[in-house]
Amino acid sequence: MSATASMFDARVARRMRLGRWFAALCAFFSAIGLIFLCILLGRVAYQSWGWLSIHFLTEFPSTIYPEKAGMKSAIWGSIWLLVITGGVAVPVGVAAAVYLEEYAKQTRLNRIIELNIANLAGVPSIVYGLLGLGVFVRALTLNRSLIAGGLTLSLLVLPVIIIASREAIRAVPRSFRLAAFALGATRWQTIRAHTLPAALPGIMTGVILALSRAIGEAAPLIPISAITYITFVPRGLSDPFTAMPLQIYAWSDTAQVEFHHLAAAGILVLLAVLLPMNALAIGVRAWHQRRKAW
Amino acid sequence: MMRSRWVALQEGAVKVIFFACAAVSLATTAGIVGILAWESFTFFRHVSVWEFLAGTEWAPNFDPRKFGVLPLVCGTFMIGGGALALALPVGLGSALFLSEYAHASLRAVLKPILELLAGIPSVVYGFFAIHFVTPYVLQPLIPGTEIFNAASAAIVVGVMIIPTIASVSDDALRAVPRSLREAAYAVSATPLEVSTRVVLPAAMSGVVAAVLLAFARAIGETMAVALAAGQTPKLTLNPFESIHTLTGSIVQMSLGDTPAGSIEYQTIFAVGLTLFLITFVFNYAGQRVLTRFREVYE
Repeated sequence: MSATASMFDARVARRMRLGRWFAALCAFFSAIGLIFLCILLGRVAYQSWGWLSIHFLTEFPSTIYPEKAGMKSAIWGSIWLLVITGGVAVPVGVAAAVYLEEYAKQTRLNRIIELNIANLAGVPSIVYGLLGLGVFVRALTLNRSLIAGGLTLSLLVLPVIIIASREAIRAVPRSFRLAAFALGATRWQTIRAHTLPAALPGIMTGVILALSRAIGEAAPLIPISAITYITFVPRGLSDPFTAMPLQIYAWSDTAQVEFHHLAAAGILVLLAVLLPMNALAIGVRAWHQRRKAW
Repeated sequence: MMRSRWVALQEGAVKVIFFACAAVSLATTAGIVGILAWESFTFFRHVSVWEFLAGTEWAPNFDPRKFGVLPLVCGTFMIGGGALALALPVGLGSALFLSEYAHASLRAVLKPILELLAGIPSVVYGFFAIHFVTPYVLQPLIPGTEIFNAASAAIVVGVMIIPTIASVSDDALRAVPRSLREAAYAVSATPLEVSTRVVLPAAMSGVVAAVLLAFARAIGETMAVALAAGQTPKLTLNPFESIHTLTGSIVQMSLGDTPAGSIEYQTIFAVGLTLFLITFVFNYAGQRVLTRFREVYE
């Protein structure tokens, strides 16, 4: 017995030590995101120091006087785009998700729709910009307008809303539906009164994430808007527009250093909207997972 | 009687409307393919497909004009490859830590941070690349780094795709049955050996899918690349030079003075089609691998 034990060297101490190093490395890797986030926020805050004032929110952009420039037109453009995208993509996306989960049978067409949505979610956002340019701006002659931009963003975030809503609807137990059917409710009555309310927190998480993506995207708007210095607030759906990320891009890409401070200030404003939205989405999901009744 | 007919009518209408909404996604794909193909067709009547695909010079705005897409593809793949080289070890390490080592409470903190990272707009990463990574990290470390360079873009795009790799891999690692781990522990394997020799190989298809999906994202990444990588189309492997990319050229042409409808302007659709096809291949492969691996464990 003792002879075999001494012949076999398990090197346990060494293997465990190696394991601890590896665990530490993995822990460090998973902290890299947080570290990067802190450096990024710190850098942006530092560079925007002294440039973020009330004027910055209430003045129009200027190509000549950086100290007087603001992002009023970009803020209003983003608000318009948010309203259009929310108004179009949310009902269409949720309805599509309800159809796929509650109505669709396993037909060939429905399988194609499902596969198609997964692939659409991976199409680069700038390609959506080319789609919007071809369909909304040119074919439907909406020109370089807010509505063309808003519809393009709607198509972009539609897969996000559909995928999240489907997951939320699928998580509602079958017994909810069976109980409603047993009492004589029709399919639509069941969905309206039971399935959708039960799935609402999950759907909301998806919707908030989708809308925050829409606010932050510049790429799909570039082929559509094509201009970044707009010195008026859009008054209607057919007006030309700019948006916060477009304005930030334009300022970042300028050679003059003053404009980089403006870009940093713009980023702070944008993140002041986006980070709370994302935190809210994550919070809604966490809250729902803790309190759900099934 | 009247009421039940009304209910039946409502039921039918709702179903039709909901189907129409689901069909919007089909129309979107048809629209993308249709627009890209149609507009590229007008481009390819003036420039041969061969000249476009095999040409080694991209100069649509200069005389003589050159429409070789290879320099753009080269730049795009260089940034995608660099981003992956950074994001794969970090993302996979994070996924291993989350699924194999981290306590549930730590996990509950780390996962949302990854999601926050994924929620930061691309243009912000671009700003950070050009006004921090290049001047304060790359240029002091590597003298001769140009103001616009592929490396800074690759670094920030790498950070952008970490969440994709980490979360898809994490799902795959967690789908590995507990019994496999316990069997390995029973023959006195250490946690490291269990993670790397049992769990990781069992989840390999999920990791492969994560890499494919993340690479597709990196290829299609636009704003960060347009800001940081430069606008110098060239066939090079030096990441510290200014280059040009597929997405960058679309941005440049869209914002430039080129009149809409000219051949130079039509390049955005030909380049867009190229980009769409490349990302489609990687996305489709990723999806296929994902569904296959789901079948194995359910």
